[in-house]
Amino acid sequence: MSKINRREFIRVSAGAGLVGGTLGFPGLLMAASPKVVVIGGGVGGCTAAKYLRKLDPKIEVTLIETKKAYTSCFMSNEVLSGDRTLESLTFDYEGLKRHGVNIVIDRVTAIDPAMKSVATESGESFNYDACVVSPGVDFKWDAIEGYDAEVAETIPHAWFAGPQTLTLRKQIESMPEGGNVIIVAPPNPYKCPPGPYERAAQIAMYCKHHKPRAKILILDPKDRFSKQGLFRQGWSKLYGFGTDDSMIEWVGAAGGGTVEELDPSTRTLQAEVEEFQADVINIIPPQKAGKVAFASDLVEGDWCPVDKLTFESTRHPNVFVLGDASSAAKMPKSAYAANSQAKVAAAAIVARFNGQDPGEPTFVNTCYSILGEAHGISVAAVYSLDREANTIMPIKGSGGLSPMDASEAQRKREVSYAHSWFKNVIDDMMG
Amino acid sequence: MSRERLIIILALFALLPITALAESPTAAALSYTCAGCHGTDGSSVGPSSPSIAGMDPEIFIDAMQDYKVDKRNATIMNRIAKAYSDEQIKGMAWYFAKQKLELLPQSTDTQLVELGTALHDKYCEKCHEEGGRSGDTGTLAGQWMPYLDYAMEDFIAGRRDYPRKMKRKVDAVIEAEGEQAMPALIHYYGSQHNSVKKEANHE
Repeated sequence: MSKINRREFIRVSAGAGLVGGTLGFPGLLMAASPKVVVIGGGVGGCTAAKYLRKLDPKIEVTLIETKKAYTSCFMSNEVLSGDRTLESLTFDYEGLKRHGVNIVIDRVTAIDPAMKSVATESGESFNYDACVVSPGVDFKWDAIEGYDAEVAETIPHAWFAGPQTLTLRKQIESMPEGGNVIIVAPPNPYKCPPGPYERAAQIAMYCKHHKPRAKILILDPKDRFSKQGLFRQGWSKLYGFGTDDSMIEWVGAAGGGTVEELDPSTRTLQAEVEEFQADVINIIPPQKAGKVAFASDLVEGDWCPVDKLTFESTRHPNVFVLGDASSAAKMPKSAYAANSQAKVAAAAIVARFNGQDPGEPTFVNTCYSILGEAHGISVAAVYSLDREANTIMPIKGSGGLSPMDASEAQRKREVSYAHSWFKNVIDDMMG
Repeated sequence: MSRERLIIILALFALLPITALAESPTAAALSYTCAGCHGTDGSSVGPSSPSIAGMDPEIFIDAMQDYKVDKRNATIMNRIAKAYSDEQIKGMAWYFAKQKLELLPQSTDTQLVELGTALHDKYCEKCHEEGGRSGDTGTLAGQWMPYLDYAMEDFIAGRRDYPRKMKRKVDAVIEAEGEQAMPALIHYYGSQHNSVKKEANHE
């Protein structure tokens, strides 16, 4: 009797429809060079494009992106402290071209899932066998009265790294000696959960040296935030948080931190309980999936539901939504998450082109925050998929936060590893 | 196996909850998730997380097992290692062992490199053969210098267990050269990026 091991069993039973739900493709007779169109040249899109080519060089991959170069949002808080230039966050797509990815600079207007084609603003049309959509986030502009895309030119969100990051940096540099900055944090979910709190620390890092009497206030519609204990400890160690003389203050929902209205002319914020006036205001608006996801009927509510085994949209077959735009609980909207999801999707697409079932997915997230020149903290998680719940679950007993009360040497190492992470994740997605 | 038996077995398995049948992700899939910090296929572009491509599988397994039980000082790896089974760790170890190590240049101090060359030959070469190239005592040649620095700090402070015989050599080199010993050795290894002769091949 021949043995049937577990792996073979899975294959056999999946083929017999017993495991179910993941049966391959109508298109077993795929063309010799299947086509994948990738929409969005951020972490999710680039990583998917690179890994598709790495996994199967026969696949024709076309990546469509509106900008000629990518500027990473992660690490852009370091521009605010002056530790980094915007140029150091900007990368061209030449690396992806070397991997054989066709780069098209254009704006996608919509996907036609019935015709399996993608239309662009310049009138081009691209056919696909599989389409990867990684458009990132867009803002819900109607959430704070008086704040819109136009006002954001002078009262920046700086939540996409670019000109607004520099505007915010300049405003902080030119505010008076004892000036004050208000950061309006967004409600959950949003991209880069620790970002607003790292931002406060990075601004304080600059102020500590150049404007030691400055104050930074975070107004928050939430009562809790990512890495809260570690942030409070770091802020208190570096910037006097919790004392009368603290450079950083945080007002959560219970304290009236929800902002309702902005008067741009006087730079006044109407929050739930009181008004706040500031020299510099940074509003990070509430978020939803990027425009193309809405235009292509990929959303339910604000985000795009996916089968987390493959990241295929549950609304349209052969369309895979990655990164911030996807509804990928319990993964956060982070660069590492998008990078990790992209590899799962790339492998699933390749398996499908070969008439195979997708393999068991595995995910990692690692997210660093830099609070001072020598003070880094992190959160990490390794996840597996709970298929029944369609939920990506952290593996029990693993992951978690940097320990509280870690030594200065350990906190310093985390800064160095944060910078390593930055270089490696960029290289992994587009190098 | 006869067709009937197969059908009966399949039918029995079908009664189990799906989660009980969940297959492990492949070694490649698991290894891909490391790239965000350790570089594509384990060749880190720096400045401090180590390259793990071409690494001896036993070294990889020992490191992960030590991280798993908090036996080796870590910032983040102890949290990550706990997620993986022994089999998965083994799979990743072999995946990375088979990857080609690609190293980048680092800036080093000529005088320190010179001293480090002599110190390496006298105190380290016996185990870290061929100038510390990848082998069963780890990858030192061309490894990221901040990482080597952290590793030595941890050994010396007792936050990481020395492999056999190493403590004696480290004590001896510090006794002989004082505070310069470690920086010299680290600069020497950091200077060895383009002298990797052996291609990773653990097939």
